[in-house]
Amino acid sequence: MYVAVKGGEKAIRNAHKLMARDRRGDTNVPSLSLKQISEQLYLSVSRVMAEGSLYDVELAALGIKQSRGDLIEAAFLMRAYRTTLPRFGYSKPIDTAKMLIRRRISATYKDLPGGQLLGPTFDYTQRLLDFKLAADGEAPAPETQEFEKEEVMPRVTDLLNDEGLIEQDAPIAPDAPVGDLTREPLTFPAERDLRLQNLARGDEGFLLALGYSTQRGFGRTHPFAGEIRLGEVEVDFFMEELGFEVPLGTMTVTECQMINQFKGSASAPPQFTRGYGLVPGQGERKVMAMALVDRSLRAEELGEEIDSPTQDQEFVLSHSDNVQATGFVEHLKLPHYVDFQSELELIRKVRKEWQEKRNAAEQELVAEAAQ
Amino acid sequence: MTASSLKEHSPEVTARQSAMSILTKAPPQDLAVAWANLSYEPEHTVIRPAETGLVMVRGRTGGTGAPFNMCEATITRCVIALEDGTTGFGQALGRDKQKVLRAALVDALWQQPEHRSTIEEKILQPLADLQEQAESKTRAEVAATKVDFFTMVRGE
Repeated sequence: MYVAVKGGEKAIRNAHKLMARDRRGDTNVPSLSLKQISEQLYLSVSRVMAEGSLYDVELAALGIKQSRGDLIEAAFLMRAYRTTLPRFGYSKPIDTAKMLIRRRISATYKDLPGGQLLGPTFDYTQRLLDFKLAADGEAPAPETQEFEKEEVMPRVTDLLNDEGLIEQDAPIAPDAPVGDLTREPLTFPAERDLRLQNLARGDEGFLLALGYSTQRGFGRTHPFAGEIRLGEVEVDFFMEELGFEVPLGTMTVTECQMINQFKGSASAPPQFTRGYGLVPGQGERKVMAMALVDRSLRAEELGEEIDSPTQDQEFVLSHSDNVQATGFVEHLKLPHYVDFQSELELIRKVRKEWQEKRNAAEQELVAEAAQ
Repeated sequence: MTASSLKEHSPEVTARQSAMSILTKAPPQDLAVAWANLSYEPEHTVIRPAETGLVMVRGRTGGTGAPFNMCEATITRCVIALEDGTTGFGQALGRDKQKVLRAALVDALWQQPEHRSTIEEKILQPLADLQEQAESKTRAEVAATKVDFFTMVRGE
């Protein structure tokens, strides 16, 4: 028997009203403006843009406000919003070598051209709560220093190729198709373009844990942070009607080049290999984790033994998306009354059978004992 | 910076791309001020009304390798035509329709020989100066965080 159940509209309406009230909080406290969020919580905004896979600072700030600071919920809102917009096309690949650099460090080369630029970082802070910040929050103006106008900041990985000790990016087949997860569902094995797209929008916590596991020995990759850079890059877009590329402005990105040991194979001499990370906004932890996982996922290509979760494409790529993961985990709280009813009936039946079997066995034992 | 990152074209196209780059990078309020300074409202028709959509932004594997899709970005674009038929294109990341409409008007006027120098002088140059200042400020602040290594000599 199947009985359709309806109801709960009023309860749902009122629950949403209650949530809106709780979201607003104490009305004696001013409501947050989107500018306050985007200016003062930019790292949250960055995470929402990366995992929501949509670069728009203001929308991410709105998502954060609407979700009461639940960043996965905010990423979900971004994903939902993007489905309402037409797709105009694909940008020309951004060139991170031409970045207006705001931070650039290398853990492998002390004296690289352009130098080590620490930029705005939490590194080297003592992680002590700052009660001055609680009191007013105003910051002194940053220091400035002369700089060389023409100074270039080559990527570390472009510097070191004299001896062929470091792997270079594979030559590009012109007009080779570029996979797009937003157009076609993921299938396995996935090529590196699709893997990188998946990782760029993957959950930071999940990738962090996976990256960490590779450092602890589950698929060792012996990584060094070759370079991390943060800054603004230009985005160009080919405009069909004009027949040339038009600039669309700049976007903030974070990039990580991880350098890893590689003992060589029958066809390749021992050399350093690389893992790559690139995300919109400022996301250093994410981009480092991404680069570690990217490198691990190259196990098959490099002829390495696959014995750890992070080397398993299907495991990593199928579970990295927190919007998908949230959907499947959280759907469990939706009404399953009918499913559960049928399970209940099943278990009653099975238990009855079990009891009957047991009774029969007991009677047999009693009968045997009596003989 | 932009011109060099774009494919080689005729000097006219390269110059137009540079102008578009300045317009698209300008904060909306700066463009509004520059436009007001022009004190000229040309007659125009809107060919394609300002529309917001998505561009999938690509990166390169390892920085120089094969392209991959990093994430989408919002973009707004529009096309207008001046009375003589000159079309102007305005486009920028984000969702600001007013900004791209102004950018389209500037793009169209810039193409008219009689207006180019005025546009460059009153709109493009002031905006480029502001952008140059902002970039220099960023670079100077970042330069102050550059690490000076020194070696401590121990023993003789």
